[in-house]
Amino acid sequence: MAAELHVELVAADRQVWSGEATLVVARTTSGDIGVMPGHQPLLGVLESGPVTIRTSDGATVVAAVHGGFISFADDKLSLLAEVAELSDEIDVQRVERELERAKAEGDASAERRADVRLRAATAAR
Amino acid sequence: MGAQLRVYKRRIRSVTATKKITKAMEMIAASRVVKAQRKVAASTPYAQELTRAVTAVGTGSNTKHPLTTEAENPTRAAVLLLTSDRGLAGAFNSNAIKAAEQLTERLEREGKQVDTYIVGRRGVAHYNFRERKIAESFTGFTDEPSYADAKKVAAPLIEAIEKDTADGGVDELHIVYTEFVSMMTQTAVGPRLLPLRLDEVAAETRKKDEILPLYDFEPSAEDVLDALLPRYVESRIYNALLQSAASKHAATRRAMKSATDNAGELINTLSRLANAARQAEITQEISEIVGGASALADATAGSDN
Repeated sequence: MAAELHVELVAADRQVWSGEATLVVARTTSGDIGVMPGHQPLLGVLESGPVTIRTSDGATVVAAVHGGFISFADDKLSLLAEVAELSDEIDVQRVERELERAKAEGDASAERRADVRLRAATAAR
Repeated sequence: MGAQLRVYKRRIRSVTATKKITKAMEMIAASRVVKAQRKVAASTPYAQELTRAVTAVGTGSNTKHPLTTEAENPTRAAVLLLTSDRGLAGAFNSNAIKAAEQLTERLEREGKQVDTYIVGRRGVAHYNFRERKIAESFTGFTDEPSYADAKKVAAPLIEAIEKDTADGGVDELHIVYTEFVSMMTQTAVGPRLLPLRLDEVAAETRKKDEILPLYDFEPSAEDVLDALLPRYVESRIYNALLQSAASKHAATRRAMKSATDNAGELINTLSRLANAARQAEITQEISEIVGGASALADATAGSDN
């Protein structure tokens, strides 16, 4: 059996997801990074973007993460985000509406947030 | 019914109505304490991980950052005071305000100029009434603070501490809030939040003899620290807001409980007085009847002769 790493995905006000995984892909400010068990200790700044977690039973968990950190040591990975949502918590239609509105109002950060959510939601399907 | 009895009855009715209200408030506060406590617990994993990360960067690199370096000659300090929007919470707000005033006095004795930031209408009203200067105030969310609220509070503070002292920035940040120790005990505390004492932060999280791994920083230690410290401050403020909210609800519950108890006692006393008044009335009526009857009997006995 492949080695596992323990993942904790926590938002500021709650724990979003935790469990065992074989691969985690997240987007840092200097590019996408994939973490597998045995990776060297790492502490990085996350961009807002989708985080993909391949769990040890083969399933894939996708979450939209807006700003935060990734820290990895001793096969324990923590993803800290101010706001994080699992893909199945995301209401696609609402996000689409938000995206439209953000585009119309020219609110770049809101547009980016909605876009990240939408991508996370569609990536999981 | 006699006038006195009627007065007692009326007072009993009014106290009973008040008691019902305070009882309801007590119950609402009790359920809110539990909810607030759950929120404090839910925010702990994030705070813990963040503290670990800050410790890791702080001890694993020699990076200097305005949020961690002590000013050689601190001349200005900011005090953030957390109170509640609504009262009816016993000494909750006055304790927090008193703690802030003591802290301000101490800082001023040390020769620092103090900027006061206030959360909660009660604190704002207190300072406005005394015509003291408030640097910035925030109201409307103290019952159920969200992380976005904490960010809103933290933003001007972080900005102030990053600015040079000469341009109106501050060297230190203290935060006065009411710590939720237990359901019965809440204490107003005023720790210094910034500049960060990394060794203290480390002592808080690290178990003995645990060696922190040598992290690889992405993109660099400076950038990570730059991004990490403001988040850390926000998370501390968020935690303080949540604790303050939980404490406020606990204080309200206690205040309302004693109000309910007092109302019950008052009702008892008033009922006794009302009973006595009623009895006195009855006794008086009987003696009037008896007196009247015997007078009548005397009168008829006299006319027979």
